[in-house]
Amino acid sequence: MSDSAPQNRTPPIPEPRTASGIEIPELVTPDMLQHPDPGRPGRPPYTRGIFPNGYRGRLWTFRQYSGFGTAENTNERYRFLLESGQTGLSVALDLPTQCGYDPIDPMARSEVGKVGVSLSNLAEAEILFDGIDLGGISTSFTINGTAAIIYAMYCAVADKQGVPREKLTGTIQNDILKEYVARGTWIFPVRPSLRLISDTILFSNRETPRFNPISIAGAHVRDAGATAVEELGYTLANGLAYVEELIRRGGDATRFANRLSFFFYVHMDFFEEICKFRAARRLWASLLEERFDITDPKAQRLRFGVVCGGSSLTAAQPYNNIVRVGLEAMSATLGGAQSVFTCAYDEAFQIPTEFSAEIALRTQQILAYESGISKTVDPLGGSYYVEWLTDRMEEETRRVIEEIDDYGGVVKAIEDGYLQARIAERAHERKQKVDRGDTVIVGQNYFRRDDQTDDFGEVFKVDPQASERVQEKYQRLLAERDPARVERTLKALEKAAGQDDENLLPYLIDCCHAYATVGEMVATLKSQWGEFQEPIRL
Amino acid sequence: MSLKGKRILIAKPGLDGHDVGAKVIALALRDAGAEVIYTGLRKSAEYIAKVAVDEDVDVVGLSMLSGSHMELVNETMRCLKEYDAGDIKIFVGGTIPEKDREALLNAGACGVYTSEMPLEDVLSDIERQLQ
Repeated sequence: MSDSAPQNRTPPIPEPRTASGIEIPELVTPDMLQHPDPGRPGRPPYTRGIFPNGYRGRLWTFRQYSGFGTAENTNERYRFLLESGQTGLSVALDLPTQCGYDPIDPMARSEVGKVGVSLSNLAEAEILFDGIDLGGISTSFTINGTAAIIYAMYCAVADKQGVPREKLTGTIQNDILKEYVARGTWIFPVRPSLRLISDTILFSNRETPRFNPISIAGAHVRDAGATAVEELGYTLANGLAYVEELIRRGGDATRFANRLSFFFYVHMDFFEEICKFRAARRLWASLLEERFDITDPKAQRLRFGVVCGGSSLTAAQPYNNIVRVGLEAMSATLGGAQSVFTCAYDEAFQIPTEFSAEIALRTQQILAYESGISKTVDPLGGSYYVEWLTDRMEEETRRVIEEIDDYGGVVKAIEDGYLQARIAERAHERKQKVDRGDTVIVGQNYFRRDDQTDDFGEVFKVDPQASERVQEKYQRLLAERDPARVERTLKALEKAAGQDDENLLPYLIDCCHAYATVGEMVATLKSQWGEFQEPIRL
Repeated sequence: MSLKGKRILIAKPGLDGHDVGAKVIALALRDAGAEVIYTGLRKSAEYIAKVAVDEDVDVVGLSMLSGSHMELVNETMRCLKEYDAGDIKIFVGGTIPEKDREALLNAGACGVYTSEMPLEDVLSDIERQLQ
C-alpha cells in the first residue's frame, strides 16, 4: 500500500453535497422553501407521514429478516425472536426456493439452506410455522420470482391451521421488475411475470384483504449502486408500471392502490435519507393523482418498510456497523417508516449469530422506547434544511422518472438492459470514489489500524447436515404424497397459465394442497411462458 | 498497469443474483485493456468451463456471494480439467470469509478478492498472476 493510499492520510472536510450529489447550501433560510408549510400528517400529500398521530397510536414493526437451513432450524430461531420481543416475522428463503429449483436439482444442491430456509413444499411450510398462529402474527416474505407460489403456500398453511384467510397479515415482496435490474431472482420473461404479479394482487385484494401482496422495492437497486434519488425514481417508476398493468387487468384502482407497499434502503447520509422518505410520500400521492386520477386519500398513502445496513456495512472493524445501523434506523423512524429491519453487524457477510441478531433488535427497542423519537409526529418537520432537501429530492426524483418515461418506460428499459448497465456504471463510480478516498468509510479506507483484522468474533455455522436432511425429506415427500392429485393439479395449472384472463392463484393453492413442489409448479409455468433471457450489456 | 491482450471470463456460478461485483470488476478489467466476457447470472460450472475453453481465455473470475464458493470453485475446476483446460487459472471474488481465503488458495484459486480491496490492488494482482 503506497503512502498516498487514503488510510495514511486524514480525510478532507466533507464536501457540501449529499450522497446523491445534491449541492447543499451553507445556510437554508425560509425564503428558499417551496413548501414552507409541509401540511398536516395523515392527509395527502402525506409529507409529514401517513398517520395523523405518527407513532403514538402504533410503533413501527420490528421486523428482522431471518431464515437458514431447514424449516426446523428456522422455526426455532423464530420462536427465539418472538420471545425476545420481535413483532413480525420476516422469512429469508434459500436461493433454490427463490429461483424455482427443488433441493435435489443439480443447479440447486450447493445452495440449499445457505442464504435462507429451504421451502420447497407445503409440508416444509407447516414445519416452519409450527406453533406460530398465522392469525396472530404478520409475516413478510422476501420472495419475487416464486412469490405467487409462496403466497399460495402461506394461504394453504392458514387453511391447514384453520385460520380464515381474511385474517392473514403480512407482505410478499413480489416485485419482479427490480429483480431484473438488480437482485437477479427472475425466472420468466417480463410480461408473463407482470401477469403473475397482477394475479396475486387481485386475488389477495379479494381473499386476504389485510395482506400486502406487493412491496415495491428500491432497496436492492440502491445496494447495487444506485443513488438515493435513483432508488426512489426507479422504485416509483416500477410502482407506476404495476398500477398501469393492474388497471389494464380491470382492477379496482382505489382498492389495489390501498394495498401497495414499498421497501427502501437506508444509507449513511442521515438527512438525505429522511428527506427521501418525506419526498417519496409526497411524490407518490401526486403521481397517482396526476397519472391515474386516484384521489382516494387512503389509496394515495405510501406505506413503507426499510432495511438498515447492507452495503453500508464493512468487514473492516465490523463493530462500527452497530453504530451505522443505529444512525440509519434513526433516519428511518424520523422519516416515518412502518417497519424497520436493522441488519446485524455481521449480516452483510454471514448469517447473524444470536448475539449479533439480538443487538440489532435491541437497537430498535432503544430507539422506540428510550430515544423519544416516537413521541411526536414528524419531529423534524418545519426544519428549513429538511423541508428544502425534501423539495430537492422530489425535484430530482421526478427527473429520473421522466428520463425513464422518455426511454419508453421501465419494461423496455429492463428488456434492453439499459437500467442494469446504468446501475453497474454507478457501482463502478462508487467503488472508484472509495478507492481514491473521496468517499470516507471509517475503518476501511481511513482510520485503519495496522493490527486490524476482519474478524467478527463468533461465526454462525449453518447446520452442515441441513442440505442432506432437506433432500431426504424431499424424497420422502415424493414417496408419500398422492401422485394422481399432484398430476391433476399441475395439469390444471398448465392449462390456466395458457389462458391470459385466468387468475392462477386458486390453481397454485390447489397444487400446494396436493404437495406439488415449487420446482414442479415453476417447471409447469416455464413450459407455457419460457424463461427470461438476460441482456448482457457492460 | 496493462492487461492488454488478456482474455478474461467473468462468471456467476450458482444461483446468487448479486452481480454488481462481477460487473464492476469486468468494467475495471476492460478499462485496463483486457478483453472481458461476462456470462450473466446463474450459470452451471459445466457451462462456464465450456465458455472458457471456447473463448480461449487466460483466466476465469468467479463471483459468489451466497456462501457456496467452496463447492462452486471445486466444481468449476473439475469441469475445466475435463475439458483438458486445467491450465486456465481461476480467481474468486465476493463475500468470502477470511477463514475460507486460505482454503480457496489451497484448492488452486490464484487470487481471492473481496469488495473492500481497492480495484487497483485487485487488477495488479491479476496482472501478476497472468505474467
